Amino acid sequence: MSSEIVFRASGLGKVYRTGEVEVVALREVSLEIARGEFIVLLGPSGSGKSTLLNILGGLDAPSSGDVTFEDHRLTGASESELTRYRREHVGFVFQFYNLIPSLTVRENVALVTDIVEHPMDLDEAIARVGLQSRRDHFPAQLSGGEQQRVAIARAIVKNPQVLLCDEPTGALDYATGKLVLDVIERVNRDLRTTTVVITHNAAIAGMADRVIRLGDGCIQRIERNEKKISPAELSW
Amino acid sequence: MWSQSLTIALVVASGVGGFLTTLSAVDSLALARDHYYSQGRFADVFAVVKRAPDALVDSLRTIPGVADVQTTTEMPVRVEIEGLSDPIVGQIIGLDRRRPQRLNLVSLREGRAEVASMSPGPIRPDGALPAWVSESFAAAHGLKSGARLSALVNGRRRALEMAGVALSPEYIFAGLWGMPDQRGFGVFWVDHEALAAAYDMEGAFNRVAVKLAPGADQRAVIDSLQRRLAPYGGREAYGRADQVSHSMLQNEIKEQHVLGTVLPSIFLAVAAFLLNVVVSRLVVTQREQIAALKALGYPDRTIAGHFLKMVLAIVSLGLALGLALGDVLGLMFTRIYAEFFRFPSFEHYVAPSPVLISLAMTVGTAVLGTLSAIGATVRLAPAEAMRPPAPARYRRTLLERLGVTRISTSLRMILRNMERRPIRTGLSIGGIASAVAIMVMGNFFRDAIEFIVDTQFRLVMRSDVALWTFEVVPDRARLELLRLPGVKSVESNRFVPVTLVNGHRRERTVIRGYASVPELYRIIDVDWREILPAGEGLVLTDRLAEKLGLRAGDVVQAEVLEGRPRTLNLVVDATVREMMGLNAYMKREALNRALAEGDISTGFVLSLDAGAEPALLAATRQLPHVAGAFSKANMIRNMQEVTARNIRLMSTILTLFASVIAIGVVYNGARIALSERTWELASLRVLGFTRAEVSGLLLGEMAISIAVAIPVGMVLGYGLVHLIAVLLRSDQFAFPVVILPRTYALAAICVMAAGLGSALVVRRRIDGLDMVAALKTRE
Repeated sequence: MSSEIVFRASGLGKVYRTGEVEVVALREVSLEIARGEFIVLLGPSGSGKSTLLNILGGLDAPSSGDVTFEDHRLTGASESELTRYRREHVGFVFQFYNLIPSLTVRENVALVTDIVEHPMDLDEAIARVGLQSRRDHFPAQLSGGEQQRVAIARAIVKNPQVLLCDEPTGALDYATGKLVLDVIERVNRDLRTTTVVITHNAAIAGMADRVIRLGDGCIQRIERNEKKISPAELSW
Repeated sequence: MWSQSLTIALVVASGVGGFLTTLSAVDSLALARDHYYSQGRFADVFAVVKRAPDALVDSLRTIPGVADVQTTTEMPVRVEIEGLSDPIVGQIIGLDRRRPQRLNLVSLREGRAEVASMSPGPIRPDGALPAWVSESFAAAHGLKSGARLSALVNGRRRALEMAGVALSPEYIFAGLWGMPDQRGFGVFWVDHEALAAAYDMEGAFNRVAVKLAPGADQRAVIDSLQRRLAPYGGREAYGRADQVSHSMLQNEIKEQHVLGTVLPSIFLAVAAFLLNVVVSRLVVTQREQIAALKALGYPDRTIAGHFLKMVLAIVSLGLALGLALGDVLGLMFTRIYAEFFRFPSFEHYVAPSPVLISLAMTVGTAVLGTLSAIGATVRLAPAEAMRPPAPARYRRTLLERLGVTRISTSLRMILRNMERRPIRTGLSIGGIASAVAIMVMGNFFRDAIEFIVDTQFRLVMRSDVALWTFEVVPDRARLELLRLPGVKSVESNRFVPVTLVNGHRRERTVIRGYASVPELYRIIDVDWREILPAGEGLVLTDRLAEKLGLRAGDVVQAEVLEGRPRTLNLVVDATVREMMGLNAYMKREALNRALAEGDISTGFVLSLDAGAEPALLAATRQLPHVAGAFSKANMIRNMQEVTARNIRLMSTILTLFASVIAIGVVYNGARIALSERTWELASLRVLGFTRAEVSGLLLGEMAISIAVAIPVGMVLGYGLVHLIAVLLRSDQFAFPVVILPRTYALAAICVMAAGLGSALVVRRRIDGLDMVAALKTRE
């Protein structure tokens, strides 16, 4: 594995203010993520993992500290710079798929190919998630697992450098969840896409190169898996 | 939510305001009319006779159905104000010092009356005739008591000394030929004796006013009256419907009633739709709370009541604003009316009934809009209501199913969203289209007036000046006129009042005898084609022919209402579609032949060299036979002075109201779409769509709705104008359906501006979308 660093975060802090109450979501988080790495962020609710993912994905800005992606400084970037960053470099997969209900599978994926410069072939992206036969279906005609696979196809079709997945199996049953993880794992392996997956399911940690455990807004422990296991071997 | 509530409240306010403005103004007008008619003992039937002896009055009183009779002597005169070359037509009316007025009571507004006699008083030692002057004329010329005017009384110039300002129920509206002309027409009440002496009318009268007994048959009274007046040169007898001032008043009331009912209905329908959409969305977002309340045991009624209270608060605000607006605008309209229609007392009056109707309509609108929106949700079982609603189902658009596939993804999303809710999309488009239609209608009146002026004063009346004589004159008088300075050409006319009779149908009109090939006074139809009186027969306005049941080729009887009673049998040669009047045309020579009276005329139309008008008008004052003159340029100026301003005011108000609708529909539509699709739009922002791209998706839907609504609204506007024209159509007048391109363009621009304004506000909200929140919830 190459040791080229894509993400560098140092001293990240995030404080949310709601009314008079201050909630500290992240405190002094520093980490580096290398190209092609598969990272799993583990932690209970409120541990700060989503906040960290959102900051890495350019969806949120830290209250303190610094974060860079390659040579882009994300802290202090303008709204339009962050939009361009997400558009060109980041693929997102979310717990609730966030598909556009009025578009078919193919059209949902095409939505992204329309706005990026060097996308993957549309049908190849759909084939990678195994939905060739469902390409003309609308989201409402698909199962949850199928919808999540469309979301993955949509995320990878732009050939992103980073794939950020927030609880991708959270809304799926066991078998479907494994299927989705398999797709994510293949994307990471075949396309060498740096992948960060958030989960509170510790069993998934086995797939990762490194597992970052968060708690109370801090990194509590970072573990490196000497031997990754395939999604098929996972069980929970 | 407050901005949406406000826009809905404003739409309600526009509806209620429009309703109350017109109806309160019209109610005030009708109330002032009724009050003045009864206080001023306004007559029911009017008759004109050449010269009948006072002794005949007793005989007239015995006509069955007659409650009271008043006779007067009245004469049309030419009036001059020093330093003013405009021709002025005056109606000079004698008031008898010895006999109190019985009908059409003249009320003195300011000035002096001969004590206990109610007359301006006898001739002054210097020969001046004291006169009370009609209020609108005095006001238009700024005349004060003591002012001197001169009038051509029976060929002799007499000084009139203004002794006061007066009003009469007969002249509430003052103008010539139904056109408002307060400068060019005035009424002058003078002492009867002096007037009678000047016209050799001592012991005689030439006007009769009749008050009918309750339940009397007006038609029968008119017939008897005509029969008894015939030997004395009875000319015409008619009811209130044909009395100029009354019919103008009635037309105005009818017109405003139509506008005041049709337009507010559109506003309230749009308000009902908006309430429905907004409440539906609110119900969807509060679905879980509703379910929780139901689970806790709240009855459906209480839950529905909660939403109803909220909606009623919105419409109450609208109602309150509307009532205030209606009161202010109604007062403004009443003041404008007060310039046209003169009453001794004319107050703005808001009757309880339009207020109660407004209340009922707005509450009805609210209840209807709300109940239809919350019905389905309230009926759901609590457990079911607690689950999120089933995901929206989409399909390919009609366009795609028809094979059009080269559509961009964003356009596809927009079209599929619109097609998924066809009723809402349709109503949105309908709402915006109705705004366009109202704007088209608001500005149509300006187009119509311009068209009428253009038709009447450029195409029909190509002459500059018209003159008419006291009595018929030999046509050679035309040659005399030709010799006057600046006269280019002269055409003679002969006008004869008649009653046209076909079987049991009768219509009073004037046969207008024109030159064989008229150049200066022509017959032009609504499509601006010239109609020439061809043979020896008549050309009738289509409405007149319709009323009489006549078609080209039929024969009609014409009972002549002047001179010796006679009946002519005339052939209807053709009919003509005209905007104004119930007219009958003939060649003057043919008319003279039919009457066997030789080559005579009653009027002349003249075309003049540029700038020659003042000199020509001055010269005609020296001609003893000329009873009056009419200047086209003055008429247009006097008419436009008032009319143009009022039409502009009305167009502005309607345009503003329509903009409120447009903003209400567009803004609410966009806000609802935003609230429904926040999740989707935020997801797109996460994927890297820029703010502009995301806004384009949402506002694109709005743009398409507006783009579709504008042509639909134009067609609707055309239809609405047609409807209004039909509803306003009277015997005397058919509004031309003429809409100029600028009116369509203005409506389109206003709606686009309303759309753009709404878009800017919504765009700010799109920019503030919370992406992170969208990822954490499931739509």
